[in-house]
Amino acid sequence: MEGVGFLTILGIIVTASIRSATPLIFASLGGNFSERSGVFNIGLDGIMTIGAFSAVFFSYKTGSPWAGLLGAIVMGGLFGLLLAFMSIYFKANQVIVGTAINILAASLTTFLLVEIWGRPGQTDNVEYFKAVGPFNLFTYLAFVMVIVSYYVMYKTPFGLRVRSVGEHPRAADTLGINVYAIQYICVIISGVLAGIGGASLSIGSMSLFKEGMVAGKGFIALAALIFGKWHPIGAALACLFFGFAVALETVATNLPVPRELLYALPYIMTMLAVSGFVGRSVGPAAGGIPYEKGEK
Amino acid sequence: MESRINEFREGLLNTLKEIAYPLVAILISVIAGGILVYSFGKDPVLAYTSMIKGSLGDWNKFGETLVTVTPLILTGLSITFAFKCNLFNIGVEGQFIMGAIAAVWAGWAFAGLPAILHLTLTLLVGAAAGGIWASIIGWLQAKVGSHVVINGIMMNYIAMYTSNFLVRTALNVSGKAYSVEIADTAKLWRFSQAFVQFKHSRLHTGIIIALIVALVAYYILNKTVRGYEIRAVGFNPDAAEYGGINVSKNIILSMLVAGMFAGLAGAIMTTGVQYRVNTLFGFTGYGLDGISVALVGNIHPIGVILSAFLFGVMQKGGPLMQIQGIPKEVVGIIQGIIILFVAANFVKVIMGNIKQRKELKKTALQEGVE
Repeated sequence: MEGVGFLTILGIIVTASIRSATPLIFASLGGNFSERSGVFNIGLDGIMTIGAFSAVFFSYKTGSPWAGLLGAIVMGGLFGLLLAFMSIYFKANQVIVGTAINILAASLTTFLLVEIWGRPGQTDNVEYFKAVGPFNLFTYLAFVMVIVSYYVMYKTPFGLRVRSVGEHPRAADTLGINVYAIQYICVIISGVLAGIGGASLSIGSMSLFKEGMVAGKGFIALAALIFGKWHPIGAALACLFFGFAVALETVATNLPVPRELLYALPYIMTMLAVSGFVGRSVGPAAGGIPYEKGEK
Repeated sequence: MESRINEFREGLLNTLKEIAYPLVAILISVIAGGILVYSFGKDPVLAYTSMIKGSLGDWNKFGETLVTVTPLILTGLSITFAFKCNLFNIGVEGQFIMGAIAAVWAGWAFAGLPAILHLTLTLLVGAAAGGIWASIIGWLQAKVGSHVVINGIMMNYIAMYTSNFLVRTALNVSGKAYSVEIADTAKLWRFSQAFVQFKHSRLHTGIIIALIVALVAYYILNKTVRGYEIRAVGFNPDAAEYGGINVSKNIILSMLVAGMFAGLAGAIMTTGVQYRVNTLFGFTGYGLDGISVALVGNIHPIGVILSAFLFGVMQKGGPLMQIQGIPKEVVGIIQGIIILFVAANFVKVIMGNIKQRKELKKTALQEGVE
């Protein structure tokens, strides 16, 4: 690395961190909406896969990446609706439904990939969002969404309602808030955002869909959400930090610690945070419990 | 005598009721899968016949299916056991991974021991590794109050990278992307050594171990005081506490046992099939499939055996479907739909309870008015 200045290396690492944090930010903001309204969304990973695939499919069919983005939004929203419907109407166990969505998403996208492009592995190249400056559209959009999410969640009546539904649905209901409507909206928003996060992988940093391209990023986003204390800005910072761990590994080759430790770092940190060993992270009080109207 | 017949009839009816819904869910999902296949211009009948032929067509295929069924029974039991204590052991995948890698270590490090002793030790080390991994999650839930699902997910990934680290360093001699091989003394006996029918299958005695463990799980849960306590805590922790049951202890204990089942599944894959562990680029799926197995098996040890067999047939039938031009991912799609259906029913049971409680409340209110 002779002749390469420290600042240059730093620049490379920072840029790489932000790039790998981009899809995570969308998904963890999505998770924030869902979980703040009291619905656990373990299906984030699967919905990202659906978003990544849909973006490529619609861009392929129309030749426009904008149509791809729209496709990812719609399909992500539909899978969000599926989770909402199962967990609100049927009061199904949210973790189980999320697991089912993850299994469905992985199989469905591979199935369609083979049926449409006639081979497993990856799709053809499609039109994508080329980089503007150091990043592509999605990265800029991600940072805008962080601010928007923060504003909506903490500065609007809607956000207040969402948070009250997640903390104490009964009290919210008594005050005339439609608990189910709020939950439906929030879980659909979480699907839309996770879908955009997936699209940022397939038509943002690449121009195709690959099997296993999401590879657990939805779960890292979930970890970031928890590590960021269920707060939009906290979650975004956690995504950047987790992105930094990945970037460090790709840039530096001779690290004093095993690379597996860097990979596992987000999960270890999250466990420490949620267990209160480093600044306790506490989730919404009514998270994961289906709300039953009229029950005491 | 007559009352006994009635009792038996009632029991039979209840059992039928319990298995009816999973069967309906399976049927609907199979039809949905068929429609999907048909809508892409393929023959659904061919799809399902090749699924059956590919998994049960001859003795060897049947043997290979049982090889897949074995870990599924054990991970399904792991989910079931924890679920009885109202804990969702999504960390089953990590416990499976730890069991597999620990078995590699024991099977390799204690070479030289007599065969029976070495094999038993290796399986026990694998089970213990899974048990310890799970009881950390149980301890955090019981003593610190951090959620079993969140910690379970995190520990799955930590297990994967721990295993990869060991495969790359301490348990590696070749510099390749897999671990050392276990000694012959730590390998499970294969049916191909005595039965010519299973000559081309890797069927091993692990299936017998899995079936015995299922019976043991049934016995512990339904016939022992410990099992009663675990179920009491799962049903209503406050009432259990009031009744003098130690809630924390039972939470940790049921996670420990659940983890041991999952760890044993991993150890059996090591000692029966793989003999080593490869670098993982994603989850093996045996753990997470245990969730589907347990749900379709109605969270019952015997149901788990049947449902593990069903999933084994679907998974082993996939490759032949693929050869016939039908993507094997249809299996995963069917699996996803089954879980959605079963999950929806689950709750119908709970909703029935709620209804009951509401009626109780209504009568209580009326009494108050009077």
